[in-house]
Parts: sequence; C-alpha cells; structure tokens
Amino acid sequence: MSSVTYDHVVKRYTADLTVVKDFNVEIKDKEFMVLVGPSGCGKSTALRMLAGLEAISEGEIRIGDRVVNNVAAKDRDIAMVFQSYALYPHMSVYDNMAFPLQMQHMKKEDIDKRVKNASQILGLDNFLKRKPRALSGGQRQRVALGRAIVRSPKVFLLDEPLSNLDAKLRGQTRIQLQKLHRDLETTFIYVTHDQVEAMTMGDRIAIMNAGILQQVGTPGDIYDHPANLFVAGFIGSPTMNFVPATVDNGIARASGLEVKLPKPVSVTKGTLGFRPEAVTDRVVEGGPTMKMKVDVVERLGSDQFLYGQVGSDQVTARVDPRMSVQPGDTVQLGLGTAGLHFFDSETEKALI
Amino acid sequence: MTIAVASPTSSTTARFSPRWLSDRLGGFVLHVVVIGLTVAWMVPTIGLLITSFRLPADISNSGWWTALSPPFKFTFDNYSQMLSASNLGQSLFNSFMISIPATVIPVALAAFAAYAFAWMKFPGRDWIFLALVGLLAVPLQLTFIPVTTELVKLGLTPEKLTAAGLPPFIPLWLAHAGYGLPFSIYLLSNFFRALPSDLFESAEIDGAGTLTVFFRIVLPLSVPAIASLVIFQFLWVWNDLLVALIYVGGVASVAPVTVTLVNLVGSYGQNYQLLTAAAFFSMIVPLVVFLSLQRYFVRGILAGSVKG
Repeated sequence: MSSVTYDHVVKRYTADLTVVKDFNVEIKDKEFMVLVGPSGCGKSTALRMLAGLEAISEGEIRIGDRVVNNVAAKDRDIAMVFQSYALYPHMSVYDNMAFPLQMQHMKKEDIDKRVKNASQILGLDNFLKRKPRALSGGQRQRVALGRAIVRSPKVFLLDEPLSNLDAKLRGQTRIQLQKLHRDLETTFIYVTHDQVEAMTMGDRIAIMNAGILQQVGTPGDIYDHPANLFVAGFIGSPTMNFVPATVDNGIARASGLEVKLPKPVSVTKGTLGFRPEAVTDRVVEGGPTMKMKVDVVERLGSDQFLYGQVGSDQVTARVDPRMSVQPGDTVQLGLGTAGLHFFDSETEKALI
Repeated sequence: MTIAVASPTSSTTARFSPRWLSDRLGGFVLHVVVIGLTVAWMVPTIGLLITSFRLPADISNSGWWTALSPPFKFTFDNYSQMLSASNLGQSLFNSFMISIPATVIPVALAAFAAYAFAWMKFPGRDWIFLALVGLLAVPLQLTFIPVTTELVKLGLTPEKLTAAGLPPFIPLWLAHAGYGLPFSIYLLSNFFRALPSDLFESAEIDGAGTLTVFFRIVLPLSVPAIASLVIFQFLWVWNDLLVALIYVGGVASVAPVTVTLVNLVGSYGQNYQLLTAAAFFSMIVPLVVFLSLQRYFVRGILAGSVKG
C-alpha cells in the first residue's frame, strides 16, 4: 500500500512563476520511478512537494490512499536522500543513522538492531564510530542511504544521489541501488538529470520539461516511441538526428535524403527523426540512402560515430568500427526505416 | 643527450627569474611589515609591564626603557600595595558575579533569537532584524539617563534589591545583556544562516521539531561562533568601567574590580603607579578565559556534511 499519486499537482511561487504545471503521475507500489529532465524543469520541486518540504499550490498528492497535502514531512512515512547527503557532521555514522529512529522515540535495542542491520547491508560495519568528515564520498553516500533505510519508509525519495560521485563509483552505486530496491521491495522515486541513470535504473521513467510532464513509460517504450521532439532529443546518446522535411505522397524529402514513411501523415511539413544507429554503412538495395560529407570521426572501439553534413543538415551515423573513414571524405550510408520518427512542426508531437 | 644538458640550464634560469625574485622580495617585505607592526603594537604594553615593576620615584623621573640597563632596581611594591588595598577580594567576586551572568544571559537569548531570524518564517522578520542591527549604531552614552531613570522607577537599585533579598547585580546583568544583544544576534544569525539548508530539511523529514533541531544540530555546529561570542562579551563586561560606574555607582559592595582599582588612584592623581600593576592583574582572568576557549575554534566543523 505505498503507491504514490500526483493528481493535477501545481506548484506556483508567484502569479507568473509556475514551476510544476498540472502534474499527473501514478507510481505503483514497489516501483522504481525515475523523474528525469534538464535542470530547472521542476523535477526536484515535484519530489520536494511529495517530501513535504514545499507546499502544494493546487491538486493532490496521495501516498497509498492518504492525501498528504497537509501532513507534516515527518508524518508522511517517507525517507529522502539528498544530493548533498546532508549528513549531520558532528555525529558519528551510527548516530547519523540512529537520529530518525531516536526522533520516533524508539527503544534503544530496536534502534541498535536496525542500525546494525542497515550498516551490514551497506557495508558500513567498520565505520560506525567515524564522523562523516573521515569518510570518502562513496561512504558518505552510503550513510545517507543508511539513514533512509533504517526507517523502513513506505517510499524512498532520492534527489540526484549519485551526482557528487566520480564516474566509476557512480556506475557501481547504480547497480547497488538497483539491488537495494529489489531487496527492500519498496517504492523508489529517483530524480536525476542524467538520462543514462534514468534508462538503466527506472522501471518507468517520467520525463519533464519546463514544468510539464512530457511522457511516462518504460525505458524501452520511451526510447522506441518518444511522444514528442523534446523526449526524442533528450533520451539517447548521441542524440537523435532531426532533419526538416516535406511530405508528398507518403514520401518525406529532406535536403539530402528521401524516404518513404512507414505510415501516412496528415501534414506536409515536419521534422524527420532517426537515431544514429539507424544510419549505417549497410546500404540496402532500393532502400533509402544518403551521401554524407564527414566532418568528425569518433572511434570508441566498439563503435564508430561519424558527424557530418547530409545535404544542408547535420547528421550523426553509427558505422562499423572497421570502416576506414577520414574527415573530409564523402561516404554513402544507408538508413534503416524501422526506427523512423516524424514530428509535427507546430505541436512537436510525434506523428510516427 | 641534448635534454640532459638543457634541463639544469633551464632550472637555473627559473630560479633567478624576475618572478622568483619578486616572490622572494615580496615575502621578505611582508615579514618586515608584519614584524614592525607587531613590535609597534606591543611597545606600550611592554612599557607598562616594566613600569609596573619600578619604584614610583623612578617612574616620575625617567622613561621605562632606562630600567632595561643596569643598575636594575625592580620591585614588587606596586603589586603588593595594590593587592593589599581594601575590598579587592570582594570586588573580584563581584566581577565574576557580574561577568558570568552578563555573558550567559545575552548569549543564550541571542542564540534563540538568531535561530529564529535565520531559519524561521514570521511576518516582518527582515524589518525587525534590520532595526536590531540598527541598534548597533546607538551610542552607549545616549542610553544612560533614560535607562537609569527606568531602573530607579522599577526599584532596580543595589540598595533596594539587597533589601528585598535579591542579587544587587541585576541592573548590571540587564544593562550588559541589552548592550550585548544586537551584536550577538547579528553575529550568530549570520553564522546560522550559513549552515546548509539541506541539514534542516533532512532533520525535518527525520522528524526533528524546531527545538530538537536547535539543540541537537544548530548548537553543536555553532560552537566556534558561540565560543568567540562568549569571549567578546566576557571581555567587554570584565573590562567595563563606565556601565558599572553609572548603574551601581559608588556602592562598594557591588563594585567590580575595574571600579575598585580606579579608586586606588587619589583624586589628585597620586599613586597612579598602582594602576600599572592593577592593569596586569586584571588581565589574568580574560587571558585564562581566552586560552581555555581557544580550543573550540575548530576550523572546518562542517566538513563531511554536505560535500562529496
């Protein structure tokens, strides 16, 4: 019983400054939901409203069946991990983790049991007497997690918990967090600006931009069927290719490319979108092709990305790493039509 | 081979480069200036210290530096005379009775007030804070007559308080607390404001109420600020002559050390050599306070809290 529902939630600071607009999401029990978007998109505010750190201007937030709009943060049965960790610097690791339990006037033995248990899960056994300043970044991050775990809350809120870690540690902690989610069987709501974290960790992802929820879905769903131009450009790296095109008789024409659309569209102008992996050195007989004047070649070992001009448009291609290309070359590339998208030029909504 | 030859040459050039020279010279000049200022600052104090060990006749006939060359004629007379003066024990006790509450009361009040100004939302907060900081600019002397009038009206004079069985120091506690509060609140609220807001939010979610946050998080983290404030306030009260003189006047049973020592000097300025000894004598307590609180000036008390 720890689902979370945002029901037409609005956050307004002043009459003309609205940071979260009509936000509707239903997060299921035990789900790992990631809120992702560029900085300033309102994702953190959405989380802080759920935590009780910000008032809700309009709408309702429910945890389970309980409306929590007017419930104090401490009574919402949630735990939050801050980006900065927010450890109490003058307390030992043990006291940091025991603090929320002491606030609930729990018995000493019970507190001890829970703290020991959490520290075991997180591998903090040997650091319980240390102060936060004597810990490494990764250890501090685990203490912050531990402080959340000991409470066994209904919902875990994580506000960019990995962004202060170095790249290698971030990768490891990502895996740890997923394991933790599986073991604890609790609802996780995770805020990040990093689409890689979102794609790898989320059961579902909610993408926000400028205070507006853009799309909610599983990572695969969002990757394959972005709802609009923003989502298509935000998810995936390198980003999807966008070329302006006109449509005539089911055929989209861009400046250096012609392709038959898999589905008819009702507009005559729009944006054609295809991911770099759709542009390859495999030219299918009779299929769509393009000539690219290569500007930059990026060899990553397993992949090779070509950045260049197709007609007057900028296009990225992912080709076989053994293909020998030099900047300045002109190459013939094929376009796979399976992952073809077409966006309305007015509404930016996906038509295909 | 070329490299082997070239490298020592380049390092030699680097060592005597204009940049290196100016760094060295800059450091040297800085040292000279700092040492010069320190010496200039300390000369009067050293002079006073030496004077306090000289005979009254010598003091009025020659400068203190002449005592540094033979024949040496040092004496402890000034100290023994000063210490045997009547009422010194009583006034030392009075000084403590005045200074300790007059430090604890404003610092404790200021800590609560500063927390409210820094982290609680209430209407008019910024204006009240501004008015309070504005009080820093009010000269002490301006308040003497109105405050004395009020104290007398309220019956808060040493005589009446003693008669009523209350400590006769109350007017001084109130006065010093009042004079100390604006600065104390200003200093502490600036310090509290600099504490990371994540800590407060985290504590809020953990279920800590306002008072718990204050006592368990804000106070322990503010020890350096509070220690320095205690030193400031204690020094100011301990060394104060003016406020004590005004509010408790000539009542010997209430007079602090400063008042008693000033009274050693006759109305025509005779016995002023006793003041030199008295000055060093009255320095002992502030020194002890300072040295014992010094260890609380911990740098980086927030380390490990909110950084990765």
